[in-house]
Amino acid sequence: MTTQKIEKIIIQTLRDLIDSLSIKRPNKLTKETVLFGDGGILDSMGLVSLITDLEEKIEQEFNVSVILADDRALSQKMSPFRTIRSLSHYVFKLIKESDQDGKG
Amino acid sequence: MGKAEVVLISGASRGIGRFLAEHFLRKGSVVYGCSRSPVDWKRDRYFHHALDVANERQVNRLFSSIRRQQGHLDITINSAAIASMNHFLLMPIATAKKIVDTNLIGTFLICRESAKLMKKARYGRIINFSSIAVPLKIEGEAVYAASKSAVETLTCIIAREVAPYGITCNAIGPAPVKTDLLRGISAEKLGRLLERLSIKKFSTFEDIANLVDFLTAPASGSITGQVIYLGGP
Repeated sequence: MTTQKIEKIIIQTLRDLIDSLSIKRPNKLTKETVLFGDGGILDSMGLVSLITDLEEKIEQEFNVSVILADDRALSQKMSPFRTIRSLSHYVFKLIKESDQDGKG
Repeated sequence: MGKAEVVLISGASRGIGRFLAEHFLRKGSVVYGCSRSPVDWKRDRYFHHALDVANERQVNRLFSSIRRQQGHLDITINSAAIASMNHFLLMPIATAKKIVDTNLIGTFLICRESAKLMKKARYGRIINFSSIAVPLKIEGEAVYAASKSAVETLTCIIAREVAPYGITCNAIGPAPVKTDLLRGISAEKLGRLLERLSIKKFSTFEDIANLVDFLTAPASGSITGQVIYLGGP
């Protein structure tokens, strides 16, 4: 598992979501694409869908069940849901922790 | 329908939950049940998970199983509940917290994970359990009734938030039902309580199943955010 792989999963999930919501897709989806907040491509309902779709994809791909909108995520000064990069780092951390808990 | 209807019932080891599990099994559904303890009975198409409904990790594991094994969930019934009748001056805080955890947090958690799974199919029916103790404001049930009151509000707001996904969320408030939850309430007190209802009798499991069938029917897609009391308050 690498953050690059997670970024790919996020981008694919986001593409599917954008198509299903028929919202305007930015020219390119990159690590720096702003997901939510000022200049973000998703509204609050879009973010809800991205998070829940992503939880499912992560479970399929890595066989771990994670809750992305946990207390830490919601209390951080810099939201992990701001960009694809910040989200992929956050997901990476959660999966790692979940692996360690599973072994512990 | 190609795929079998998948139903999740919390509190399935006894009482209302057990009855509803058997009810849906008779109708040919695949039923996932959960309760704090394992069950000593087995049925075809029935899968039991022993868990605490307020434990996020344990609840997640249950949903991972449903997702892996069935890929979808049609109906969720949150019947897990605990009660402890006591004058509020004598209510231990640990008991009060346990009641809120199981009745409110447990219902919230199972609703949340159910809606995530149902949302994919853009279809789902969620039923929560309130109680006639809410409108009747029964003495001795302050924390229990308050937790059920919270379940009603939760139900109504969830109903709004899941409506775009084709999911409905309603609550049933039965009159007293002869289950373990009534253990310890005197016959005299129960008699006085029934007197305050419009229909002065206990609710039966069949009364509840009838309403569950109505609310979970595919044709009931426009009925959401409702709290229906059996016996009338």
